[in-house]
Amino acid sequence: MLPLVGVLALQGDFLDHEAALRAQGVRTRQVRTATDLRGLDAMVLPGGESTTMLTLLDVESLWAPLGATLRSGMPVFATCAGMILLAERVENPVQRSYGLLPITVVRNGYGRQLHSGTFVLESTALPHGTTGTFIRAPRITATGPGVEVLARRNGDPVLVQKGPILAACFHPELGDNHVVVARFAAMVRAHAGQPCHTGRSAAEASA
Amino acid sequence: MTDKHPTPKVPGFTAEELVSKIGFCNQLKGGVIMDVVNPEQARIAEEAGACAVMALERVPADIRKHGGVARSSDPEMIAGIQKAVSIPVMAKVRIGHFVEAQMLEAMEVDCIDESEVLTPADDQFQIDKRVFKTPFVCGCRDLGEALRRIHEGAAMIRTKGEAGTGNVVEAVRHMRALMSQIRELRGLEDKQLEKRAIELRVPVDLVAWVAESQRLPVPNFSAGGVATPADAALMMQLGAEAVFVGSGIVTSGDPAKRARAIVRAVTHFEDPKVLVEVSKGLGEPMVGIDINTLPAQERLASRGH
Repeated sequence: MLPLVGVLALQGDFLDHEAALRAQGVRTRQVRTATDLRGLDAMVLPGGESTTMLTLLDVESLWAPLGATLRSGMPVFATCAGMILLAERVENPVQRSYGLLPITVVRNGYGRQLHSGTFVLESTALPHGTTGTFIRAPRITATGPGVEVLARRNGDPVLVQKGPILAACFHPELGDNHVVVARFAAMVRAHAGQPCHTGRSAAEASA
Repeated sequence: MTDKHPTPKVPGFTAEELVSKIGFCNQLKGGVIMDVVNPEQARIAEEAGACAVMALERVPADIRKHGGVARSSDPEMIAGIQKAVSIPVMAKVRIGHFVEAQMLEAMEVDCIDESEVLTPADDQFQIDKRVFKTPFVCGCRDLGEALRRIHEGAAMIRTKGEAGTGNVVEAVRHMRALMSQIRELRGLEDKQLEKRAIELRVPVDLVAWVAESQRLPVPNFSAGGVATPADAALMMQLGAEAVFVGSGIVTSGDPAKRARAIVRAVTHFEDPKVLVEVSKGLGEPMVGIDINTLPAQERLASRGH
């Protein structure tokens, strides 16, 4: 059975993530309720509007169950708004987050949509010339202990990893080059292949 | 674009611009874009979960009442709304009024709506949207209007509906026309595609892309007449990827509550139980207008073609 990746589908570009993940040979499921979290091997927090997602996480009573899933040790991939939800500290404005990734992010830190675009990344972890599309992107202004910087843009960290959590300021799911999504899919396969893995999320285990 | 189809070649666009402009619009999917006329309403919309706001001086229902020439909004009002919220801020320009668009781009508005809700400035040409870095959204009533706007550079299409009526019938008509005309392209031979491209007045490669992909090359949203959570879910089930709501929220009895309900309805558009729950006790909806009682000159959807 192919690994099953949950994609938070409250709002945002979850369909782009699903298409990119499926092209890497994993199954996907849209997550809108706590029930949808059961039996997942990995979780994706897509781009979109973080304020909209925060509002809906509360309304759906999904904040705590999703948090348990994210803390369960399964691979997590977060882009743009998704990364804002994971960050330890969020500025412009200050807002609530899961705090699972020790980074400080400034919302819209590269400016409004007029300043959006595709830029070449500086990275030794990704193939030379890999680009990233930044859309009203958050800016990482500080990284804490244990955070590995996999790619930078003009010196700023833009792709970071800490253990099973991979997060990008840009949108690896857009465009035709899915090298970052492929990296995450490899993490998912490696995790799903572990003999001790139960295939059950923390949310279900504690239910 | 993330599926097996290559990024469509739209003359004047680079592939990178397409990814950036269309990518911005993709982030709004599954969301609600709300009309607001002041910073306070913008904050209410953001708190209710709007994924963007449309800044304008009067919602379409009030434009109808007020009459006269409706123009792009006061820059000071737009700047006030930009300061008030962290979500994207869109604003409208008159059809063909590229100087109003230049001004909105100078203000770094996130997305420009070349809108039939305002009084058209040019009855022959719509704006050449390819020369702008800011993404544009444009209204359509059918596939031809949608593809002509995309060819001009629109990065997002929405149904026109009949704005300011609180009556969803025109938005439904436009979405059904668009979707069925896309389906009708399936399996056409090259000669037939060429004929269709001439009828639709767009390049054949654009028509061929849609025939093959069975969707528009840009996000397809809905607008014009949505007044209830059920209306919003209806448009989503018919194929919309997000919903614009204007007068339907602002002119209702309890805008904040209705806004929250419509946001949730768009997320759960296929779950009638959630729709029942969010529709309870919303207070007075917008009164609404029967389209058949509207004289032809008061119908906004026929502006632009």
